Order: sequence, then structure tokens, then C-alpha cells
Amino acid sequence: MAKVTLLEAVNMALHHEMAADENVVCLGEDIGTNGGVFRATVGLKDKFGFKRVMDTPLAEGLIGGLTVGMASQGLRPVAEFQFQGFIFPAMEQIICQAARMRSRTRGRITLPLVYRAPFGGFIHAPEHHSESVEALFAHIPGLRVVIPSSPARAYGLLLAAIRSNDPVMFFEPKRIYRTVKHEVQDNGQALPLDVAFILRQGADITLVSWGASVNETLVAAEQLAEQGISAEVIDLATIKPLDIDTILKSVRKTGRLCIVHEAAKSFGVGAEIAAQVAEKALWDLKAPIARVTGYDVTMPYYQNEKYYQIHPEDILLEVKNVMEHSA
Amino acid sequence: MTFTSKSTVTQVRYLDDEGNVVQPLPAWADDLDLLINFYKNMVLVRTYDKKAIALQRTGQMGTYPSHLGAEAVGIGVGMSMAVEDVYVPYYRDMPTMLMRGATMVHNMLYWGGSEQGSYFNRPDGQLSEDFPICVPIATQCTHATGVAAAFKLRGEKRVAVTSIGDGGTSKGDFLEALNCAGAWQLPCVFVINNNQWAISVPRTIQCGAPTLAQKAVGAGIPGVQVDGNDIIAVFDVMKKALERARTGKGTTLVEAVSYRLSDHTTADDATRYRPAEEVNDAWKREPIKRLRQYLHNQGVWDETKELAWQSDCNQQVQAAVEQYLATTQEPPEAMFDYHYESLGEPLASQRQQLINKAMRMAGGNHG
Ligand SMILES: Cc1ncc(C[n+]2csc(CCOP(=O)(O)OP(=O)(O)O)c2C)c(N)n1
Repeated sequence: MAKVTLLEAVNMALHHEMAADENVVCLGEDIGTNGGVFRATVGLKDKFGFKRVMDTPLAEGLIGGLTVGMASQGLRPVAEFQFQGFIFPAMEQIICQAARMRSRTRGRITLPLVYRAPFGGFIHAPEHHSESVEALFAHIPGLRVVIPSSPARAYGLLLAAIRSNDPVMFFEPKRIYRTVKHEVQDNGQALPLDVAFILRQGADITLVSWGASVNETLVAAEQLAEQGISAEVIDLATIKPLDIDTILKSVRKTGRLCIVHEAAKSFGVGAEIAAQVAEKALWDLKAPIARVTGYDVTMPYYQNEKYYQIHPEDILLEVKNVMEHSA
Repeated sequence: MTFTSKSTVTQVRYLDDEGNVVQPLPAWADDLDLLINFYKNMVLVRTYDKKAIALQRTGQMGTYPSHLGAEAVGIGVGMSMAVEDVYVPYYRDMPTMLMRGATMVHNMLYWGGSEQGSYFNRPDGQLSEDFPICVPIATQCTHATGVAAAFKLRGEKRVAVTSIGDGGTSKGDFLEALNCAGAWQLPCVFVINNNQWAISVPRTIQCGAPTLAQKAVGAGIPGVQVDGNDIIAVFDVMKKALERARTGKGTTLVEAVSYRLSDHTTADDATRYRPAEEVNDAWKREPIKRLRQYLHNQGVWDETKELAWQSDCNQQVQAAVEQYLATTQEPPEAMFDYHYESLGEPLASQRQQLINKAMRMAGGNHG
């Protein structure tokens, strides 16, 4: 079995699904000859031709609306935005059109489309290249928001996203695009959407994270184990709809919850998880819910980004705090 | 009823590729000192560009967008503007920004990952009203329209100038800004730096029209195409457009045709999508050689002056690099200090958490 990076896994899934279903088309800025700015679409144009692999004009609003039209005709467009920070011009199309079409037409028109975008910080990128705004999209009814945290999940979840008959925002954590390699079988097997993955069993505290931060969370869990604290680690994977059952089951077992996310703290996905756990499992908690997150500031330019970034030690300190302040 | 709109776009050009005069020069071009100044500034920003790329390659600066090949556009635009005008740039506009008071140090700080790069003065020492570098494509155009609307509202004889790449003209923001500026007859000049490529996408598959200047037709304003490698032409076209705006006659769209001689940025490799012959051919038309030849022909520039100026440029760039490298990094908590006029809870407590974290990080691992 081949060992591939998360980026290669994305490429593999695109190749697989374009070959399997002729309705799948790819489009975006620089995705053809150049294979995308990160090379996620390398080889697709050579293999499937420019009719199915389209370099669009430089216009995200267009990409948003174009895909709505294409998907209404039964195509399965997979559009790439170069960075999550450049989706904003397409927000009107995504929020006002793509997300609502099925509901407005009572199912007459459905939009099987995927919007892919690299996201997240800490690669020394210029401004507007480090956004983590998954909560913006998760807030919108009608969208699925999916974030893989490893090559295998990138492959399986992207296949699922393309096969889904609903619009999916597929955010790829670019910080780990090339840093981890896993064996991934190119067997066309999708992973389930709307399901969180338990990466590590534990008894004392539940750690919930997604995307690149899953890696620091796992490191922290390892170090906590050495100190005698057993942490259960959950990779949320699908942000919306939220698999609260998996989290509740875990919290009922451990009695403690710490949510780790890179995005700004307030009004984020962590807040939603905390609210639902408070609603449904407050009496199972032995300690207040904790969050280790980014700050409520614009992601700083890279000279100071390491201070914004979550390090395993930040998780460790917070978890110890939770343990010490448990009932 | 029939409405006819005549739209002929002719490229304005005074010097050919070899620096020969192809039509009588405008009167202002008799001022050879001014032309020498154009030349010196173009050489300076090219020297800087080379150094900036070297800094990125050696890990002393982040991703950097080269302006190699666009020197005549940037310097021409920058030098044509009045100090009190407002410039609304995009990321490849270092040359114009330099002429407007942002120094090489500011540019390095910006691409070196510090917000301090966007705090700069005008050449007369006043705090600049120019906008910072804009990364999201085309959004700056709407700001220029807004700035110009404010000028018009207050009856000020100032002009807003913005620039954008050829790819950026595909965006709604550009067309929306142009449309409004045309409808309201605003004192505004839009400059398209048409360097033929938007990363890997060539101009021809970006837009079906033969020129980008003709996008002006739909906005009801003049659209002018200029040879962007001929700084005399760029300056002349800009002077007229600025004059037009300043005297209340409204907006102009200027398409400056040049060529991106570099990769898109230091993160790009243009050989993957662009034929070498095309680039070699473009080098024959580059702006610096062209003006140098003209100045030689006028007998006001020679090898000795050239060598002296090159060494002067190297020194200026080196001094700027040293100043950049010696600039104290802003403290981490600066990331909190400029979002709101005053810092309330809970930001204040987050700020304190960050300071604690930074101290912890500085002190090593006290897990
Ligand atoms: C809204 C938005 N989408 C995508 C990008 C990524 N991007 C940066 S530069 C660029 C190409 C721009 O080409 P052009 O407008 O021709 O200007 P040039 O860089 O060639 O000067 C793209 C797609 C961006 N910065 N902003």
C-alpha cells in the first residue's frame, strides 16, 4: 500500500472519483496546467481534459454561482478556492443560493457540489492566507462542513463529500498537507460523513479537536498518559452536522471535556459543543468545560504567529487545570 | 432607437523597444532630469526586487511578489501623483508605494511578517493616507471609489488612484467599482498592471475582449491602453488622467501592458506553465534598458554614471536591509492592541493570557 500525504490523498480521491463518475468536474483558479497552487489537482487535466478540469477566470463569486448552475444539471462540481480567506467573495452564492436551493424548491433542485479550500495558519504565509473560519459556514443551515485530519480521512471523506447530494464545504488543514504520510488504499471506499472518529480511548477527560490541531491534541494525550491522566481523543471530522452523540457518550464516561481549536475563541464551534454538552450532560460533568483556542484577534502576520498557535503544552496546562478543579 | 458607442483602443507609446522615439515626445519630457529620475528609481526598485527575493530564499523574509518587469508602471504611476492624492495599492505595487513614501524597510517588514510594514508617512513627513497593500484580489478598487467619492463630496481637488492585475479585472469588485466611479463621475484613476499572467492563467483565457481598457466602455468612462514598458507613455497617460480627475471630469481606466518577467511570487514556479521562449522574448521589451538607451542617445547617461548609480542602489538597499533586520519585533500582545479603540474584557484577559504564554515560551518548557 502506498504511503501518501494528505495532499496526495486529496489528489488520489479526485482522480478516483473523476474516473468513476463522468459527472464529476473540477474547477477553480490555476487548477489545470498548474495543478493548483498546492498541487492538489495535479494530473487531472492531463487525464480528463480541459472540459472536465477548468481553469476559471479569477472570480470567486463566479465560481460560487457557476457551480450552483452546474450542479443543478446533475454535474458534481468540485471547486477549489485557493485559500479559505478567498472564499468570502463567493459567500453570497454559497449562503444565499447553494445552501438553500434544496429547501426552497422542496427538493426539486438539489446541488451535489463540493467547495474545497486549504485553511489554517502557521506556515509563514502572508495575510489572508491563514484563516480558520469553519464556524462561519457551520452556522449556515443547508451546508455540510467537513475537515479531515489525516491522509486516510482526507481520501475517504472527500469521496463521501463528492458523492453527497448536498453542498459540502471541505476544508483541508494545509499545515499538515505534507507533514504526515500514511498508508492509504485507493479503493474508492468512502468514510461516513456526520460521524466523529475516536482516535484514542481514555477514562479521565475527553479531548475534542479537528483538522491540524488533532496532532497537538494527540501529542498532549500521549504526554498526559505518561503523567497518569487518561485522555480520550475525538476527531470531529464533520463539523456540521455535529455528531454530538459520540461526544456525549465520551463525556458521560470521562466526566470532563476540553475542546481544542485553532479558530478564534468566541462564537466558534467550541462554543456550540460546550453549549450542547451543557444542555444534555451537565450533571455528568465533574468540572467546567475547558477550551484551548485561538485568540479573538486577527491572525497576526507570521513574526508573532507562534504565540497564537496552540502547542501541546497549552493543552496539557489546561487539562491539568481541569483535573485539579474537578468535583 | 440606436445607441452607438465607439470604442477604439490604441496603445499609447513614445519609445520603441530599442529606445527610439516613435512619435513626438510630450513637452514635459524635455526635462531630462525628470527622465533621469524615472530611470534611477526604476533601477533602484529592480535592485531591491532582486535583494528581496534573495532574502526570501535565505529565510529572512516570507513569500514575496516580485515586480520585475513592471518598474515603468509603478514608478510612472507613483511619480505622476500629487502628494495629497490617495493611492490604493495591491500586493505587487512596491515601486509606486516607494514613490509615495513607504520605504523599502516597510516593504520588507510587511513581507517579513510584521504589521509595522503598513505604518508609513508621505514623502513630506505627514502620516500617509494611502492604503496598505491589498491581498484579496480587486477589493481595493471599491475603496478607491469610496475615497474618490469623499473627495468629490468635500469638493477637494484630490484624486484616488488604484491598481490591479489583469486577472483581477475578472472580478465583480473591479467592475462594480468602475461602474460606480463612472456613474458618479468620481476623481479616480484605475490602473491595470496587465502583466499577461494571473499566476498560471494567461490573459487570453481570463477575458475574451481584445483589450482590458475597453472594459471602460460599459462604465461610460475613457479607457486608455499604454505601453507599460515605456515610462514616458505611462507618465503621460497618468498625467492626463489625473488632470482630468482633478478638474472634475471624472474617472479614467488605464491599461498598462507589460510582462511579468518573474515567477508570480517566491512560492511559484512559472516554468511549469510558461514557455521559456515567451519570457526571453519579453526581456527584449523590458522598460529599464529602453529608457537607458534613450538617455544614452540624448547624451545624458553613460557607463560611468550607470556604474555609480548601481553601486549607490546597492548601498541604499543594503542599508535598508540592515535596518529591517535590526527592527525590533513587535511584542506578541501587539496583536490585541489595534483592533478596537479601547480594549475591554474579555480581550484584556486574553491579552494577559497571551503575555503569560509568551513568557512561558521564552522561559523554555515548564510543562
Ligand atoms: C480573492 C482572491 N482570490 C485569489 C487570490 C489568490 N491569488 C493571489 S494573486 C492571484 C493572481 C492575480 O493575478 P493578476 O490579477 O493578474 O495580478 P498579478 O499577480 O499578475 O500582478 C491569485 C489568484 C487572492 N489573493 N484573492
